[in-house]
Amino acid sequence: MLARILALVLKELTSLWADKKTRFVLIIPPLVQVVLFANAATYDVMHVPLAVWNEDAGVQSSELIRGFTYSRAFAAGPEVFSPMQAQSALESKQAAAVLHVPQDFSADILARRTTHVQLLIDARRSNTALIVSAYASQIVSAYAAKVTRAGAGPVDIALTYLLNPSLASRWLILPALVVILSMMMTTMISALSLARERELGTFEQMLVTPLRPVEIMLGKAVPSLLVGLLEANIVLLAALLLFGVPFKGNLLLFQFTLVVFSLAGVAVGLAISSFTHTQQQAILGVFIYAAPAIVISGYASPIENMPLILQWASKLDPITYMLVISRGMFLTRLPVSLIWAQSWPMILIAVALLAMATQAVRRSVV
Amino acid sequence: MSPRWQRLRGLARKEMLQILRDPSALLIAFLLPVVLLFVIGFGLSLDAHKLKLAAVIEAGSEPVRGISEALDASPYLNVYWAPSGQAARLALDAGQVRGILTMREDFAERLVNPQRWPAQAQLAVNATDPNTGTLLSGYVQGAFSSWLAGTMTEDVLTPPGGIALETRFWYNPDLRSSDFIVPGIIVLVMSMTGTLLTALIVSREWERGTMESMLAAPASMAELVGAKLGVYFVLGMASMAMAAILTVTVFGVPLRGSVLLLALISALFLIFALAQGLFISTIARNQFVSAQLAFLSTMMPAMMLSGMLFDIASMPRWLQLITCFIPARYFVSALQTLFLAGNVWSVLLPNLLALAVAAILATAATLAVTHRRLD
Repeated sequence: MLARILALVLKELTSLWADKKTRFVLIIPPLVQVVLFANAATYDVMHVPLAVWNEDAGVQSSELIRGFTYSRAFAAGPEVFSPMQAQSALESKQAAAVLHVPQDFSADILARRTTHVQLLIDARRSNTALIVSAYASQIVSAYAAKVTRAGAGPVDIALTYLLNPSLASRWLILPALVVILSMMMTTMISALSLARERELGTFEQMLVTPLRPVEIMLGKAVPSLLVGLLEANIVLLAALLLFGVPFKGNLLLFQFTLVVFSLAGVAVGLAISSFTHTQQQAILGVFIYAAPAIVISGYASPIENMPLILQWASKLDPITYMLVISRGMFLTRLPVSLIWAQSWPMILIAVALLAMATQAVRRSVV
Repeated sequence: MSPRWQRLRGLARKEMLQILRDPSALLIAFLLPVVLLFVIGFGLSLDAHKLKLAAVIEAGSEPVRGISEALDASPYLNVYWAPSGQAARLALDAGQVRGILTMREDFAERLVNPQRWPAQAQLAVNATDPNTGTLLSGYVQGAFSSWLAGTMTEDVLTPPGGIALETRFWYNPDLRSSDFIVPGIIVLVMSMTGTLLTALIVSREWERGTMESMLAAPASMAELVGAKLGVYFVLGMASMAMAAILTVTVFGVPLRGSVLLLALISALFLIFALAQGLFISTIARNQFVSAQLAFLSTMMPAMMLSGMLFDIASMPRWLQLITCFIPARYFVSALQTLFLAGNVWSVLLPNLLALAVAAILATAATLAVTHRRLD
């Protein structure tokens, strides 16, 4: 039995590697994606173009404005001189925010009267708007504390950053890319491997060989699994070497969880291909599965904000579990008990789907 | 009827029959947009409401009890009262809470005695997502201020000569992230129906060898490409219309610009996407490679580099330059403006032009490649 499976595995790997274009698609795109997306996928708010409408001629207002332009969050945008101009700067996206300093700002400060400044924010991109307003209020209150030389307020909150003291959002993205890029590859390859045989009619030929359905499934599963591991490790290496993300967990244990996860990915692919008759349908099936599965996994936004029904659905999604493991093992020494708690659901998903796909193959034998 | 027109009609009929026979194309055009809109529209919320926070209080007295109530009452916080600092840290490591607020023993004492202000509270946030940290500290500060405002008089709190910052949020005053994400999903939908479908369908013709027999037919390359583009263009526009209607009705996103402009801009992007799909399938000629290339060149850039989710202005400069070559970027910008702001020509016109150039270039490139392949 082992020899037969091995033969099938070798055949699959050869057919993947023999085609120059396929070889290219297996190696280059993951690397390109890592470099591009690790830089693109950032919720950091930086260089927000700020238009200034300054009606005040005093020193104080320029000091306040310098506070804005010197900060990392803002970049100097166009100057405006009327509400109309402010509106058109926002509307045309030349500025993402407009700071309005009123006429008597400096006079008020010198006379120790409370004064008002306005900030108009383009909230089309709501999450950026929220962060921009938080930065602005920090800058304004820092300046206010300086000019009033008042004693401290009643409560002071001392903020410390844990796990990612340099505040780089790449640390959040790269562990996720390890998971998602390898998943796309394993699912796609395994879904196509069965569908291609069906479409070309070689599936029937395989059924008349001495191979049993379980052996066919294993022979199809192992190569995709190996490719998935390869992809994950390419991205892992890039994260460690190119981007300097630390890896605090146990690498060997991480490889074990990757095997479990890839197995689940393969099982999904094989289950999809057992429903389909052509490669085209299989590819579309993978896309219909992958897009929602990535979204509900908590990759781009926290699961706790989702509606309940999607929170439940995320429990059936292997990516959800592997994301927790990957992010945890990169940044902390995740306890083995927690790793296991995330691993067994993936094993369960893999076994259930593999059994289902084997059953489907068995039916086509009869 | 001219023979050319007749040939086109025949070819279009063939494509249509092919679509109807294998319903997976229809599923992609009509089921996928619905799935994507609902899952992404409801699931992908960047609103940071209800952040989970662990609070550890080492001394319980009257003012601290007031603060606890204020924290519990905050609409943005979901507070877990941890029995100890250790329990809180465990919850943070397991990802159950995003931060730990600690009020030490002397906190209450110092709070009631203005000479010993400020009373210090410690907030430690899980900074793997840096913005969550910023927001969390803002929300905790807010809860403290609302408690202070209820207990102390104003002149104790604000020293004279302070600066009040009034913030106004324009175009999306409720700060709903779905208002900018959902129109962006239309870009995903169009990339799917446009590039992916054509890439697969034509590479299948190459793979099975039916492309050669089509080329042997008495139809010119332009007619073959035209018929394929035409049929999938109709399919893509229909799926786009459905997505737009769902965006407005189900998600309540306002459409402030004109419908006609929306259709025009979408049509330009769709032509680009279709041509790109044909281009990929012609050079790949293999469905697996086609699918991977289509995914790499449309789906991922449409999601990651278009400004749909991530702000282009915050990316490194070299990457901002690269995004200029991604048509999805112009489409996203136009869609967000049309839906949320209106017919702002200073934004729409450059985007329209860029998309038109992209559509023309992609079609020309496709024709060139297919002509060469004829030899």
